[in-house]
Amino acid sequence: MKRKMKVFGRALPELKDTAFPGRLLVLEGPDGSGRSTQILRLSSWLEANGYAVQFMGLSRSHLAAEELEEAKQSNLLTRTTRSLFYATDFFEQLINVIVPALRAGFIVIADRYIYTLMAREIVRGTDREWVRNVYNGALLPDAVFYIKVGARNLIERNFLKKATLDYWESGMDLGLSRDMFESFVKYQRLIQTEFTRMQSEFEFETVNGNLGIDRIQQNLRKSISRLLQIGPLD
Amino acid sequence: MKSVIVTVLRSSPLSYPGKLIAVEGLDGSGKSTQIHLVKRWLELQGARVFFTEWNSSTLVKKATTKGKKRLLLTPTTFSLIHATDFADRYERQILPLLQAGFIVLADRYIYTAFARDAVRGMSPGWLERLYAFAVPPDLTFFFDVPLETSLKRILDGRPQLKHHEAGLDMGWSTDPYESFRIFQGRIHEQYAVMKKKYHFSVIDAEAEIHDQQALVRKVIAECFDLAQFHRRGLD
Repeated sequence: MKRKMKVFGRALPELKDTAFPGRLLVLEGPDGSGRSTQILRLSSWLEANGYAVQFMGLSRSHLAAEELEEAKQSNLLTRTTRSLFYATDFFEQLINVIVPALRAGFIVIADRYIYTLMAREIVRGTDREWVRNVYNGALLPDAVFYIKVGARNLIERNFLKKATLDYWESGMDLGLSRDMFESFVKYQRLIQTEFTRMQSEFEFETVNGNLGIDRIQQNLRKSISRLLQIGPLD
Repeated sequence: MKSVIVTVLRSSPLSYPGKLIAVEGLDGSGKSTQIHLVKRWLELQGARVFFTEWNSSTLVKKATTKGKKRLLLTPTTFSLIHATDFADRYERQILPLLQAGFIVLADRYIYTAFARDAVRGMSPGWLERLYAFAVPPDLTFFFDVPLETSLKRILDGRPQLKHHEAGLDMGWSTDPYESFRIFQGRIHEQYAVMKKKYHFSVIDAEAEIHDQQALVRKVIAECFDLAQFHRRGLD
């Protein structure tokens, strides 16, 4: 059943009609919060119920993903160019991947969305209103699940997974601390504060990410069942 | 919305010892010739001068070229990728050079983006806020030329027009020359509004080249104390 999706701010010229049969679900949360595991399981469950699924994630566009990675390695990115590069990547996927899928009736699951993109810029001191203007025109999802995990818990998971902390996820470019461990904790707290600030405006549903994988999955399915009016849980 | 722009501008350094001179105008208005002559004039008198042109950052060149070739770009991504290109030149060259006391000459500035992107349907208010990180030029010369003259100058040679250059992405016409005419016509309308709004110094681009240049040099000499910009050790 088609229904009109809401837009963040003013509609884009290429996206005047936002009535789609598909649904857009977003999972937000830091690295190590289990987003990708949860998304994989959700997609199996949705497919088992007969729903077609399309994925979307940051820095995966045909247009800019490769160039963005290259630029990140080369230390050539300034504050504004990094913001705008990510925005280009996002809108390319929105217009050329998400919208066609929604139009075709898919359930689109986004592994992070404009909220992470905006929070990252804002904690780096970029003007909030400027950042919001850049993401003007993004479709507002049918549901946003924010997987919230305590900083200590996150560190443990990151070490278990990769035995190292990621430079960017530790916010090392902010100069919060020369100690990576300390920087990671401080940076994740800043991001969390920003998410808390956005929570009521964008109606995030907070998911307790300190729970086990299965419990989190159950909670996600419960909410999505309600949204899609899927029958009894499998 | 006004307060928004004010806060954004406050975060960029508004005072710098350099000077920023931009030229704007339709393709075929002769603005590149004029800014080249300004550059020669300033260089020959030993001034610290730097020239920058639209769409020339190496950082995003690959992405822009790919996007244009594969026709991936839509109005929004076209706009954002050009803003990225501009921001790269702005933050790594234009602004530091202004802070270092150079005269920076820009062949096209943010107004080119305002005109082209507005024609592609982007909101003018959104564009202004997007580019709010950039300082306005100290002087903007607008080379004013009737639409027909600029079209004639460009199209008489029957050049190979590129897809986006001709505005073919907008689907107004499948004929590149006809599409270019429509596109330039709409840009012309945008400039007509902007030249008042942003207080451009308007130059009659149908006058003789050297007459135009004499006027441009006069305006520059009246606005700035050029002796301040002489390279050290040359006095």
